[in-house]
Amino acid sequence: MTQNDNAEDILAIAATWKAAGEDVAIATVVETWGSSPRPAGSRLAITKSGKLAGSVSGGCIEGAVADAARQSMVSGAPQLLDFGISDERAWEVGLSCGGKVKVFVEPLS
Amino acid sequence: MKSATLARLQAERAGKRPVVLLTRLSDGAQLLWPGDEMPAELVEASKAALGSEEAGNVTLGDEAWFIHPHNPPLRIIVVGAVHIAQAMAPMAAPLGFAMVVVDPRRAFASEERLPGISLSTDWPDEAMAALAPDARTAVVTLTHDPKLDDPALDAALKSEAFYIGALGSRRTHAKRVARLTELGHGAEAMGRIHAPVGLNIQAVTAPEIALSIMAEIVAARRGAALGAVRPIPGVTA
Repeated sequence: MTQNDNAEDILAIAATWKAAGEDVAIATVVETWGSSPRPAGSRLAITKSGKLAGSVSGGCIEGAVADAARQSMVSGAPQLLDFGISDERAWEVGLSCGGKVKVFVEPLS
Repeated sequence: MKSATLARLQAERAGKRPVVLLTRLSDGAQLLWPGDEMPAELVEASKAALGSEEAGNVTLGDEAWFIHPHNPPLRIIVVGAVHIAQAMAPMAAPLGFAMVVVDPRRAFASEERLPGISLSTDWPDEAMAALAPDARTAVVTLTHDPKLDDPALDAALKSEAFYIGALGSRRTHAKRVARLTELGHGAEAMGRIHAPVGLNIQAVTAPEIALSIMAEIVAARRGAALGAVRPIPGVTA
């Protein structure tokens, strides 16, 4: 069974990682259009060491979000990312999500 | 996000209080409502987001804010660790509910019968006092035993529980209504009890009854017309 947002507290996981001395960033879906797989408010926590918890899509943009998160951890500045997931691209990576999402990435300071 | 903001947000959530995280998307500045001073437009947007349970964007001047509501968890308190409760258990978490089962009969309320579910073996009146059902709580009684069901229903009727359901036939429920009336509950309170419990899908087996109860709870939560309380024999609202 997959866990849903109610069962999995991404903020608690982020806080635990931070307390353990990790560099942590939090990505949040802030706007969606079309058939994006995760609603606004969905979160992904990322560490510089490569840990991931939660999700902001069905898996198609997590890699790019993690890259941006690492930049934010270095610069200390948040970023607003725009993803248009075209149908062709979606098929290319084996996902049928379509739709568009905006993701806000912020370091946990 | 600042660690201090995260700690405040988590403290509110741990205390089961509704809280909204507001983020200015241009620079990441963050506020919490209630708590922080903010323009009236953001207060209104925060209240609306808690009501609709949907995160969204608001533009204030030329600044975009992300309004992210965090409501306390939805709960289902089930009295009676019976077969139907076992069938409800695996449905609860995926539907977004934390389920608690109350049954002082330890042979029923066992971890083995209900893996991963919070259990209370206190008497229902004590258990209900400790669990303190609120407006995001559903209460379902399944024991058929008035000694166990009635104290739980009495406590549920004194709470803001958004859904109250009681297993039992119409005839059983008519007797139950008489007992609860003696405890001082009026017709309006009786009208809050969904009985016979669950949507009428002609359920026969325990999993089917569990499905009908869960569907009725979801309907009540979402405000669907299906969730309307059915008329109770012998009670005029």
